[in-house]
Amino acid sequence: MTLLEALPLALLGALLGLDVVSFPQAMIARPIVSSTVAGAFIGHSEAGLLIGVVLELIALDTLPFGASRYPEWGSAGVVGGALFAAQPRGMPGALPASILAALLTASISGSSMVVLRRMIAGRLERSRDRIEDGSRAALVSLHLSGMSLDLLRGGIVTTVAMLVFSPLVRAIVATWGTESSYSRSVVVVVAAMVAGGALWKVFHSVRYVLWFLAGGVLVYAIIAVVR
Amino acid sequence: MTAAAAPAQRIPRRVQLAMFIRLLAVQGSWNYETLLGTGVGFAMEPALRCLPGGRKTPRYREALARESRYFNAHPYLTGIAVGALSRAELEGVDPARIERFRSALASPLGSVGDRLVWASWLPFCSLVALCVFGAGGSALAVVGTFLLLYNAGHFVLRAWGLQIGLSRGLNVAPALANPVFRRGPQVIGSAAALLAGVALPAALQRVAGPGRGLNGGIIVAAVIGIVLLAGLRERAEGWRIALGVLAVFVLYSLLT
Repeated sequence: MTLLEALPLALLGALLGLDVVSFPQAMIARPIVSSTVAGAFIGHSEAGLLIGVVLELIALDTLPFGASRYPEWGSAGVVGGALFAAQPRGMPGALPASILAALLTASISGSSMVVLRRMIAGRLERSRDRIEDGSRAALVSLHLSGMSLDLLRGGIVTTVAMLVFSPLVRAIVATWGTESSYSRSVVVVVAAMVAGGALWKVFHSVRYVLWFLAGGVLVYAIIAVVR
Repeated sequence: MTAAAAPAQRIPRRVQLAMFIRLLAVQGSWNYETLLGTGVGFAMEPALRCLPGGRKTPRYREALARESRYFNAHPYLTGIAVGALSRAELEGVDPARIERFRSALASPLGSVGDRLVWASWLPFCSLVALCVFGAGGSALAVVGTFLLLYNAGHFVLRAWGLQIGLSRGLNVAPALANPVFRRGPQVIGSAAALLAGVALPAALQRVAGPGRGLNGGIIVAAVIGIVLLAGLRERAEGWRIALGVLAVFVLYSLLT
């Protein structure tokens, strides 16, 4: 992938990365959205949706509580969706390799958010006197520069990730040695255990939670049998 | 409130709209020192221009400086604080009382919002979208369902918060006793648990692919993994485990 080819995805990654914290937090950064949109950019939205669902199941484990550090899924979803959608259909290594690339991007991008917050604190320190004096210009400048830097951060992370992982994933897919059914099974098991563990972590204090869960499984079983 | 406090000034609709739009970007300058503080100042600034004399007066500058200090809350509920503080500033409430109000309000707005939004509404909406996917929904149906459902709650909560803050001023505490905040997480959690029983197997079935399905080996491995991770709770980060397992699996698949 060339820099020019990565540019539209970089813009998408920048916009969706901005949604994570800065603006407007409408959850367009969630992987079920970001990967699908990236897949559509490549011309294969269904592939984007498939990897987006797997990443969403994994993302259930990371809820953005306050000042906690968490992976950034906006840019990562774009990278995962674009990489998977760009692979030829039916290649067994495409999904695991693309998910791995997306998870690595999410981790790196999460760290870049920490760096950004420190940068904003540095800028705040430099303009503290003016803000303490009630300067509108200083406050608006700090705020808008924080958002601009976040936009830039998402764009840079997406561009670098696409340039690094695009050839890497292609090479992995070409030399993949595990058969298709096993490859997909590993992905399903990983997504299931992370999502299940995450939902238990969040909802374990709900009264009769196991009964509700069992009721849901029963509904699923009835639908599966009737179908 | 000071004895000389002026009656509440009516904040024009266009100013309220500007505040609402700025609230969508309230975390734009989030940092480890003032957290949401500068964002609160940024969102309140259009209302502070309604102070007598506008933005050229010492009162405007003092209010803007005061409202840009440390503050923490859930971003969706920050509108309650922004509305209440704007009204208090326009009414000329004693600055010491405003400071005490800011300190007292931050913690409840954070914990209530975290439980209702991050730990209930967001996973619930994800599960609804996964259900649509599991039922064979198209990309547009899945993404559209998620975004419409989630943001119906999101934007209503933000708009309600700002209105309640503007209308009640410093008397917003009863609003936090709203049944939605008290019972919402429990009700949404119950619905989410029921939905999880349908959504997870249905979505995983479709991910596994046509003709493969969820065989016994996959189900047993998944259940063991879920039990292990559930037992570890906060001591393990699932996404890191996923990263590790997939890295090992990719390496294995390249070497075989």
